[in-house]
Amino acid sequence: MITPANPTAPRQDDPPYQKGDPVALFIPCYIDQFYPGVGEATARLLTRHGVPVVFPEQQTCCGQPAFNSGYWEEARRVIHHFCDTFGDHRWIVSPSGSCTAMCRVFFGHVDPDRRVVGVGRRVFELTEFLVEILGVTDTGATFPHKTTLHIGCHTRRELGVVEPTLKLLQNVRGLTYCELPNMEECCGFGGTFSVKLAGTSLAMGQTKAENILASGADVVVSPDTSCLMHIDGILQRNPEMKHIRTKHIAEVLDAGVQ
Amino acid sequence: MSSHDLHLEGAPFLKEQNAGLYEPAGSKSLGEATERSSKQNRAIAAEIPSWQDWRESARQIKQFAIANLDKLLVQFEERISARGATVLWAENAEQANRLVLDIAREHHVKTVVKGKSMVSEEMELNHTFEAAGIRAVETDLGEYIVQLAHQRPTHIVTPALHLSAEDVGKIFAERLGEPFSADHQHLTNVARRHLREEYLKADMGMSGVNFAVADTGTLVVVENEGNGGLSTSTPPIHVALMGIEKVLPSIYYLPVFLNLLGRSGTGQKLTTYTHLIHGATPGKKLYVIILDNGRTNVLADPATHAALHCIRCGACLNACPVYRRVGGWAYGWVYPGPIGSIVTPGLVGLKSAGKLPFASSLCGACQEVCPIKIDIPHQLVHLRHRAVNEPSPMNSLSERLTWKAWAWAMSGSKRYRLAMAAVRLGVRMAKFLPWHPGKLGAWTRGRELPRVPGPAFRKSWSRHRSQLDSHDRSDRT
Repeated sequence: MITPANPTAPRQDDPPYQKGDPVALFIPCYIDQFYPGVGEATARLLTRHGVPVVFPEQQTCCGQPAFNSGYWEEARRVIHHFCDTFGDHRWIVSPSGSCTAMCRVFFGHVDPDRRVVGVGRRVFELTEFLVEILGVTDTGATFPHKTTLHIGCHTRRELGVVEPTLKLLQNVRGLTYCELPNMEECCGFGGTFSVKLAGTSLAMGQTKAENILASGADVVVSPDTSCLMHIDGILQRNPEMKHIRTKHIAEVLDAGVQ
Repeated sequence: MSSHDLHLEGAPFLKEQNAGLYEPAGSKSLGEATERSSKQNRAIAAEIPSWQDWRESARQIKQFAIANLDKLLVQFEERISARGATVLWAENAEQANRLVLDIAREHHVKTVVKGKSMVSEEMELNHTFEAAGIRAVETDLGEYIVQLAHQRPTHIVTPALHLSAEDVGKIFAERLGEPFSADHQHLTNVARRHLREEYLKADMGMSGVNFAVADTGTLVVVENEGNGGLSTSTPPIHVALMGIEKVLPSIYYLPVFLNLLGRSGTGQKLTTYTHLIHGATPGKKLYVIILDNGRTNVLADPATHAALHCIRCGACLNACPVYRRVGGWAYGWVYPGPIGSIVTPGLVGLKSAGKLPFASSLCGACQEVCPIKIDIPHQLVHLRHRAVNEPSPMNSLSERLTWKAWAWAMSGSKRYRLAMAAVRLGVRMAKFLPWHPGKLGAWTRGRELPRVPGPAFRKSWSRHRSQLDSHDRSDRT
């Protein structure tokens, strides 16, 4: 495997995580509204490992849709709101690799202001935070299903977060891991790409769905709900693939814990 | 520099609206071949422990070269001119075409054999030759096939990637009057037989340039078929075409690039032939035409400088899931794929190519394989930003207003809740609509919408919060 080109490092130059340090949850807009279970599983996971969790209620979006569409001026307004909301928090954790990448890698493109870049670099993707900051590799979960893994491209290439997800899945009891053919390839979601170039996006998604079917898995798990929304939409359209469920990794890591 | 992109004969291709980007129509051969190449590419790179170091060296060398173009190009000109070459400069494709034509007329050229050159494609040189009554024959096998079929290359390294052996057999039967065959060796023999005669007849040979080495005044041309060597050395005149970005400071750095180019381009340790041309062969003529053609526009934008580091290996095309499905023609001009989506807007302007930076899911596979570590996805979002703010097909007032409304809704939690309630209602109601307009229709064309769940996460947060605390306490005991 080729190592990611230049993942942007999270901010770890400060005092390391101390037991009892509170964590601010960043629950991206589409998870908040359409997949609240993912947010709940994330909160439970962190709490169970002794992390006090807070949810800054002013939060909205990371600004990525406008940023990727070229509307950086509009994205800047939303990013400033993000920074006002999270500015006082040292540790920010999000169950979305893509939104984390927006904060950590791209905030500086929109506004190179030190405060904005600083807040962005304090955002961690959930599995990364569990493994690399808390040192947790076994969440005590049981998930007796044939499962395959799709890691979103922003998580893989912008953040370089691949190992934490694999480590955590390895220790889930009962889980049968199914290798996904061409797992490094994009699923075709790409945010507004999915509706701007819908034909191409669907062609890519179809290939991903066929590979998932070929893996023999009953469940696709991912640290990125946005990819899953697109993949699930395609699976549900196809009678032969309808039985395959999509789950965010937080839901799997939280499953069946006594 | 003047706005010479309007003179580009190639640019009108972009007016075909890049249809294939929206509804993929790439060939099966192309999809399979690119996937195979890309896997091979990665496997080869993974075998070499110093691969990442090579990439970083190459990036730094190119960065230096591009930052010192003014000095290095002049040095190159001085050194190669001292050994009998004539160096000519062209600001745009029109000038370059005129220079080539002047040379051809001066020497009464009737037939030209051409080694592979993307700059020649950029100039639409074959059209110029045709209009002047000069016969030009492409000698790279892929280019030869594409020329016979009256098509344009679909890939910058492997121009006929979209064609199967059967397709080639049919083209040879139709255009050359050869009996049909789909046997690779047989087809190669046919091409070789026809091309050999051309080399002997030709009055002038042409080539592209992979690297122009400043300190020694050397042209480097790499190839696999021997056609490059024959095109540059058999006829009495050799005309080499190069973009200004091809210059390397020193021959000392060449091995890094040869190592990266062969492996990234075709999965070879080294190309079969590497020609180092230090000047004109006694008794023969050597011309080098150095072309800008919009490259200085790329240089003018600091965020896209690195696009000029490209060594045209094609690795990003092979790795790109969009390119694999839409093929090269969908990008509307000479340079397709991820790098093309940066280079084309630079060379012909965002006004005609402003859509290209949007033809990407920003997955980053291109950057991962790029031997020079060009930050392609980041440059694409940068160009998107420019495309919506500068004159371009993506600059739209209605979309601007939509995003302004979005930004207003997303910068306050009350407004956010209201907007989200509307989205939830919309998604709920969508299944009752007889048809789905615009972006909604684009989504539901091949995808189900997500089911709308109970209360949003934030709504039930306070309730869950107390549960979480009790859960937490019970865990600790």
